[in-house]
Amino acid sequence: MKEIYLDNNATTKVDEAVFEEMRPYFCELYGNPSSMHFFGGQVQGKVTEARKRVADLLGATPDEIIFTACGTESDNAAIRSALEVLPDRRHVITSRVEHPAVLTQCRNLRQKGYRVTEIGVDGAGRLDMEEYQRAIDDDTAIVSFMWANNETGVIFPVEEAAAIAKARGALFHTDAVQAVGKIPINMAASQIDMLSLSGHKLHAPKGIGALYLRRGTAFRPLLVGGHQEQSRRAGTENAAAIIALGKACQLAGEHMQAENTTVKAKRDRLQDALMAAIPNARINGDGAERLPNTTSIAFEFVEGEAILLLLSELGICASSGSACTSGSLEPSHVLRAMGVPFTCAHGSIRFSLSRYTTDAEIDTVIKELPPIIARLRQMSPFGREHLQG
Amino acid sequence: MWDYTPKVKDHFLNPRNVGEIPDADAVGEVGSLACGDALKLYLKLDDSKEKIVDAKFQTFGCASAIASSSALTEMVKGKTLDEALAVSNQDIAEFLGGLPEEKMHCSVMGQEALEVAIYKYRGLEVPEHDAEHDHGHAYPDYEGTLVCKCFGITDTFIKKVIETNKLTTAEQVTHFTKAGGACGGCIPKIKELIAEVMGQQTAQPQPKTGKLSNLKKMQLVQEVLERDIRPMLMADGGDLELVDIEGDNVQIVFRKACAGCASSGNTARFVEMKLRELVHDDLRVQEVAA
Repeated sequence: MKEIYLDNNATTKVDEAVFEEMRPYFCELYGNPSSMHFFGGQVQGKVTEARKRVADLLGATPDEIIFTACGTESDNAAIRSALEVLPDRRHVITSRVEHPAVLTQCRNLRQKGYRVTEIGVDGAGRLDMEEYQRAIDDDTAIVSFMWANNETGVIFPVEEAAAIAKARGALFHTDAVQAVGKIPINMAASQIDMLSLSGHKLHAPKGIGALYLRRGTAFRPLLVGGHQEQSRRAGTENAAAIIALGKACQLAGEHMQAENTTVKAKRDRLQDALMAAIPNARINGDGAERLPNTTSIAFEFVEGEAILLLLSELGICASSGSACTSGSLEPSHVLRAMGVPFTCAHGSIRFSLSRYTTDAEIDTVIKELPPIIARLRQMSPFGREHLQG
Repeated sequence: MWDYTPKVKDHFLNPRNVGEIPDADAVGEVGSLACGDALKLYLKLDDSKEKIVDAKFQTFGCASAIASSSALTEMVKGKTLDEALAVSNQDIAEFLGGLPEEKMHCSVMGQEALEVAIYKYRGLEVPEHDAEHDHGHAYPDYEGTLVCKCFGITDTFIKKVIETNKLTTAEQVTHFTKAGGACGGCIPKIKELIAEVMGQQTAQPQPKTGKLSNLKKMQLVQEVLERDIRPMLMADGGDLELVDIEGDNVQIVFRKACAGCASSGNTARFVEMKLRELVHDDLRVQEVAA
């Protein structure tokens, strides 16, 4: 069965060109970039090129890029570093809809005596900027808001939020794992101090990430040891993956226009057709500015895992904010923070497209999903009075 | 992805007996939209009102909830009401070739709907649905003190499920009943209930005061520690080790999270209580230095 892959916010296909770029650095050009000989030196040259490519996508300079193993590592490194360089400040601000890579760490800080404020969102998933302004004070060490939400695609005004943090002397970090490669980013024009990105969300392999660290920002490394990454992240460079990430960032830059036009058009067509064909549905984050590739739709009176497995039978790969798929028992913290009504919180499905998504694939989903929802509603003891007529 | 058996997949993809029975003799409804799964079970009886001749269901929930409901209707058809009441949640899970432990609550929901349907049919009291909090009561027929406020689950119900499924950890109780699966505030209470049920099960009221040979005593103490005590401690990241038994003095040393734990004194008393209950009334537990 050929897959129809609409789960690109979970992970992406490695671009063939990216794979070709990294391929020689396993069996042939396997030197250590830190070595003094020519054999390591030629790898070093490619790592330097990759750093430049990542920086270019972000509107940054190469020395502001630290390669890490994943988005989670970048998030952890950023927040921990901020607390170490501002030891007198004991307050942390984040949002209620962050990825667990940030949220879990912030919540753990409470046990260490930090005050942690989680800023809420409105029904469309938009950050409550007034609550943020009230919460920040001279004790705030770090503010960490995601650039775009992984479940709904809702974009936060992180540049504005960073300026507010700056005015209070706090550091500002953004988890931009879902934003990088999908929307234009220009760090040179922002006051964001730190930014996390992850390779496998933009057609590079898993196991590679990066942390942007604004030049001049004090930093304490998470991993100590060797002098790699200017002593900001010890450990032998994952050269092949770094080279892959560089290529992926270069390609993302080239496809940025298409991402926001052709990919977005496919997303809009999918979402509009499903909303027209299926009654009692709502788009999570409707009305907010969202990523061009993501749509999360909540279907009333049905449960997400059942929808996903029926889609999966047809080769269609999507994701859900429902409880049953994750092993937890409550709907996702993002949907709960948005106050999505409980009649549909369990029945949310996320489709996330990529530049590989075809119109034929969108057509298939538009054809197959409505009967699946109808079938499950037929089976459900709820909603008859709402769905008739 | 969940590791569902072929039978679970079959009953999810081709569910048997979906729908309503308009003139059903018995109807059992459990769960709610807010809880994430719900089942409405319809039973039709024969003329003598003893045997189930037809069963249908409507389910809102995940694949295993739908499969459990489908399995349940197949299992109870042709059974008398008393025979149907003997169907346990393990029977439903076994019929499906097993369920992932995290999904066992789906089989519990099926058994529950069946019980509610039959109780109601027989005119046994079923308390009103209590919609005081967000979720409503998942299992409204179980009176008792509310333990899990998120999912509306009472101590009576939790104790029943612990007993019938021989559960030993709070995590298992969450997998089987959902209790403790949201805010987690009731997990300490769930642990107490596990201890209570375990105590009841094994503490058959026969005073353990007879003469025990040293060898037998040693064997029994070890057995109780392995079976009844260490699994519970380990579930919380702790452990203990038996050092020696001198007369009636059982010397233990706490390990891992229990070592240096502020409440290790309580744990020691709990161990002593269990040993007295299950081995001999004269035993004393003494914590020794590692």
